[in-house]
Amino acid sequence: MSIVRPGASEADRFTVGSHTFNSRLLVGTGKYRDFEQTRLAIEASGAEIVTVAIRRTNIGQNADEPNLLDYLPPDKYTILPNTAGCHTAKDAVRTCRLARELLDGWNLVKLEVLSEHKTLYPDVVETLNAAEVLVRDGFEVMVYTSDDPIVARQLEAIGCKAVMPLGAPIGSGLGLQNPYNIAMILEELTVPVLVDAGVGTASEAAVAMELGCDGVLMNTAIALAEDPIMMARAMRLAVESGRLAYLAGRMPRRAHASASSPMDNLVGRRPG
Amino acid sequence: MKTVDISVNGEACSMPADASVADLLAELKLAGRRIAVELNENIVPKSSYAQTRLATGDQLEIVHAIGGG
Repeated sequence: MSIVRPGASEADRFTVGSHTFNSRLLVGTGKYRDFEQTRLAIEASGAEIVTVAIRRTNIGQNADEPNLLDYLPPDKYTILPNTAGCHTAKDAVRTCRLARELLDGWNLVKLEVLSEHKTLYPDVVETLNAAEVLVRDGFEVMVYTSDDPIVARQLEAIGCKAVMPLGAPIGSGLGLQNPYNIAMILEELTVPVLVDAGVGTASEAAVAMELGCDGVLMNTAIALAEDPIMMARAMRLAVESGRLAYLAGRMPRRAHASASSPMDNLVGRRPG
Repeated sequence: MKTVDISVNGEACSMPADASVADLLAELKLAGRRIAVELNENIVPKSSYAQTRLATGDQLEIVHAIGGG
């Protein structure tokens, strides 16, 4: 007889607001060679939620150019419009409203209000302001923020459905620089916490999940890998692996060794 | 012919005086595409494209989804 543990089966699903998913890996769609590579990498990642950017159409240029959403149909993927690039609450709110219209009323959005180009750090004041307006306007907000536990708590109090602190600057691939902050945020919040930004390779995604994060959102680590499709699969496995390790509960750390084989009935002499 | 002078995605543009948002989208070959339209910072629902008339000074934003993180 096998024992089914919660989390070791399909029962371990991931819920954000009113939506439930199987995959805890969320992926971006930027920086790929072309839409076909984007499609293949996302398929290999197993992600169900994919972020997109909202931008002006090109006026007077080729109107027949392929559209990202032809490759990632919204009936197959949950499209998560992202306000990346916005520097004010006002622009972020406008972008979300345009996205909701674009996606036929879909109200799950990723809020990201950045301060400046060098660090791409979030402007938390503008982020808090935008979050308030969006929540009031009926959006389900997944919010990119700094690793400050106080700000994370404020974003939850406003009504954000998921809080997504950075692990390291966007696109840096430095891995989790702040595991203690992420752990503090996990302790404080009841809504899902996802690491968004900073993961560079598979082990770093596993670290985030082992800390107890509900998910990981990444783009560059997959898109800029030498083989993005293989890295997408690696990330899928890492997120699953880290999640299972978290649920399984790791052994305690010890300062000294503890033999795996019994010390009794040894052949020959024991060491002194 | 009378025209209205508008701005579309930050670029100046002229349309016939009685033109609607639907006419503008047809002119730009964007009809039927996955886009969203904002007129003077208010969303224009898809269902209202044909009834929404353009007026001189209108500022329109037409957006679509592209790759991003």
